Parts: sequence; structure tokens; C-alpha cells
Amino acid sequence: MNDQIWVATRKGVFEILRSKAGWRIAKVHFPAQNASMVLHDRRDGALYAALGHGHFGVKLHRSLDGGVKWEEIKAPAYPPKPEGEEWKTWGGKPVPYNLELVWELAAGGADEPGTVWCGTIPGGLFRTRDRGDSWDLIESLWNHPSRTKWFGGGAEFPGIHSVRVHPKDSRHVTVGISCAGIWITRDGGATWTNDGKGMRAEFVPPEHAYSMVVQDPHLLVQSPADPKVLWVQHHNGMFRSGDGGANWTEITDVKPSVFGFAVAAHPKERDTAWFVPAQKDEHRVPVSGQVVVTRTRDGGKSFETLRKGLPQEHAYDLVFRHGLDVDGSGNRLAFGSTTGSLWVSEDQGDSWQTVSEHLPPVYCVRFGKG
Amino acid sequence: MARVVFTSNLRQHVSCPEVSAPGGTVREVLDGVFASNERLRGYVLDDQGELRRHMNVFVDGAMAQDRRHLSDPVGPQSQVYVMQALSGG
Repeated sequence: MNDQIWVATRKGVFEILRSKAGWRIAKVHFPAQNASMVLHDRRDGALYAALGHGHFGVKLHRSLDGGVKWEEIKAPAYPPKPEGEEWKTWGGKPVPYNLELVWELAAGGADEPGTVWCGTIPGGLFRTRDRGDSWDLIESLWNHPSRTKWFGGGAEFPGIHSVRVHPKDSRHVTVGISCAGIWITRDGGATWTNDGKGMRAEFVPPEHAYSMVVQDPHLLVQSPADPKVLWVQHHNGMFRSGDGGANWTEITDVKPSVFGFAVAAHPKERDTAWFVPAQKDEHRVPVSGQVVVTRTRDGGKSFETLRKGLPQEHAYDLVFRHGLDVDGSGNRLAFGSTTGSLWVSEDQGDSWQTVSEHLPPVYCVRFGKG
Repeated sequence: MARVVFTSNLRQHVSCPEVSAPGGTVREVLDGVFASNERLRGYVLDDQGELRRHMNVFVDGAMAQDRRHLSDPVGPQSQVYVMQALSGG
């Protein structure tokens, strides 16, 4: 079980540790800086933090000693924009060749130490082979002809927020893009297919509803226990795939809501996953002011609503897409909210304890070392 | 040589002392500064080498106009200030 949690927030990266006295904030890294993403690479213990300085751009930092000392490393950079090129989104907005947000950092496979994937806005996927000393844009995806159909979801420009490396085949990577749907490579990024048959979008006219490239997966996760099983919390619903992402089944009639951003897959049980629901789209607050987590143990056929230890009146905590994580045992979960609450469960979500109600807005929660 | 001053708000992120640098344009002057302080470049210029959206450069009190090529002229006695734009919040 993991005794450490890294929390990236609007005002710093918080290191949470479990001691005999319980979970507590042990240290604030990058105090007051806007941290969009944090990664603890379980293969080598390296830490990565992405900071967005507004005026001064997006920067990446790395620590090789557990966060005692950080060094700024190269941030992924877009190549020079070709003369005369004008890539516009589906909505006609010219896409900048500039890093605007690091929206995902994901460790590569066990057989490729030092490889880390980075998803960004405005839609570029990057990869390092040397722990962030240098980055390469995956041009096969960036230059894909379909990109004239891409558009922003939650931002002005398209963004890559989910990168899942197949646990048994590092060249097989599944990516979620808002908004361009689900993308899969089986050759380490050389070629890509746009998958996601069965996904349905309510935010486009009916003739486009089942177009795979318009889908808005808020987050995509893969079952480590059975990598053919994928879960998506989508902009207008919840979806599950049992065949590696080719075909998807919509999960309906889940109380209190099928809307949300976050989802987590149990590391050992293929049919178990957790979601954090909210009142849909135009509201984006907990339904009835009650913070709950929903859990399925049967592949999405049924759900339990978990609320013990969570606020049940006048709570306005929204949980962003990277705000929920499960540890390597599957017993411990943690999630953080836009209003600065952080909760931990040690019994698969049956009950929750509050770590803090006063953090800055939480963007990313990830378990650290075991 | 022009005198180049960076907003003090940058100091928490990267070393940026006041320096003198040669050059006849904003681009030439800043390239001269970045040549010995490469990390600073990415805090002022974006991936395309253009002035970041929420940064401004003043040359002798006038705001530089060419944000893409940074071609505004700089004199040998000029004062160059690299500042945050209030548009960035």
C-alpha cells in the first residue's frame, strides 16, 4: 500500500504522508506556483512537476531524490510553425504552435526506463526517452489529417489528458483527447487509429453524435488487471470498453449522475472502478450539495454510492479529471476538489477521511512511493 | 551597449540580473543576453521565438511593437525593460 500522495494545485505541489497519526501535509513544493500535473514514476522514483507561470510560460521540474531537490528540465516545445501553414480547429480557430498546458505526464512501460509521455494543450503528444532531458513531438499524431476536426473541450484548443501504456506491450498506447476522442498506436507512436465506436456526443448535431473524432472523453483509464478493459468518464456519460477501445458501451442510469470528470480502475480487479459524479455540464457541482463516489464491482452493470465521511450538505466541491487516484493495492483512494478538499479512503471507498479542506484548487492527485 | 532590465517577478524562477548587451534591435539585444543565460529565453519568448503573449518590452520608454520578429530599433545608450503585461493577470 502507498503511504504518500502528491497533489498538484493552483498554488503548489503538496506532499501528503501517512504516519501513525494519520494522513498529513508533510511539505509544500513550489509554494504559490500553479502546478497542473505531477508524476511519481514508480519505475525509478523520479518525480516530475509541471508549472504554468502564466506570463512566463509552462515549465517542467524533476527531482531524483524524492523531492528534496528539484531541477528545471526542458519543457516540451512545439517545432517552428511551417510557413504558410494554418491548422484551424473544427470551429475555425488557428491552433498555436506553443505549449499552453501540460495536461498529462505518464510513465512508459517497464521495459523502457526513462520514457515518459506528456500530453498537452494545444493537442501535441510528446515523449522523452531520457527522463525529460529532451522531448520529441509525436508528429504522426500532431500532423494527422483528422486534426481539422479536432477542437477544444474545456479549453480553447484541443488537449491530450490521458495516456495509457499497455502493461504488457509498451508500444501499445491508448490516448484520450478533448476533443478528438480515443486514439491508439500499436507501434510506439508511428501510426494511429481513431477508435471509440459506440461513444455518443450530445454536444454536436445528431448527424455527428457517433463520430469518433468529436468525442470528449474527460478521462480514460485502463484496467491493469485486464488491459482490454477501458473506462471513460465522458462529457455526457460513462463508457466501458471490453476490447481494448474499439467498441464502447454506454453506462446509463447511474445515481446520482453520469456526469463527471474523474475515473479510476482497480489495479487487480478488472470489473471494479470508481467515478466522482457531479450535476451535469451546465452546473458542475455535487448533486444536491452532497459529495459522493460511485463504485462498480461488476463491470458497470451496477453501482454503489459511497458517502461515509464525505460532506453531505452544502458542498460545492468539483473534482477535476486528474483529481482521483487509486494506489497499487486497490484499497487506498484519494481525491481532491476545486474548493481545496482532499479525502482519503483505506477501504476501497467504503469510508473516507478528510486530509484538508483548505488546499488551493486541486488539479491532480497521485499516489507516490509505497 | 543597451542596458537590459527584467521584471523583478522573474527572479523567483530564473536568474535575470540587469545586464548590458550589444545589438541594434530588440531581437539582437535579447539574443545577446540569452546567449549566456539560455534558460531565461523560454521565460520571455515562446516556442516560436516570439514575445510571450503576456510580456512587453519597452525601449527608452516606448513599448516595442513587433512582437514576432522583435525588430524595434535599439540604440547604443538605450534602456530596455522586459516587463509583465497586465493582460496576464
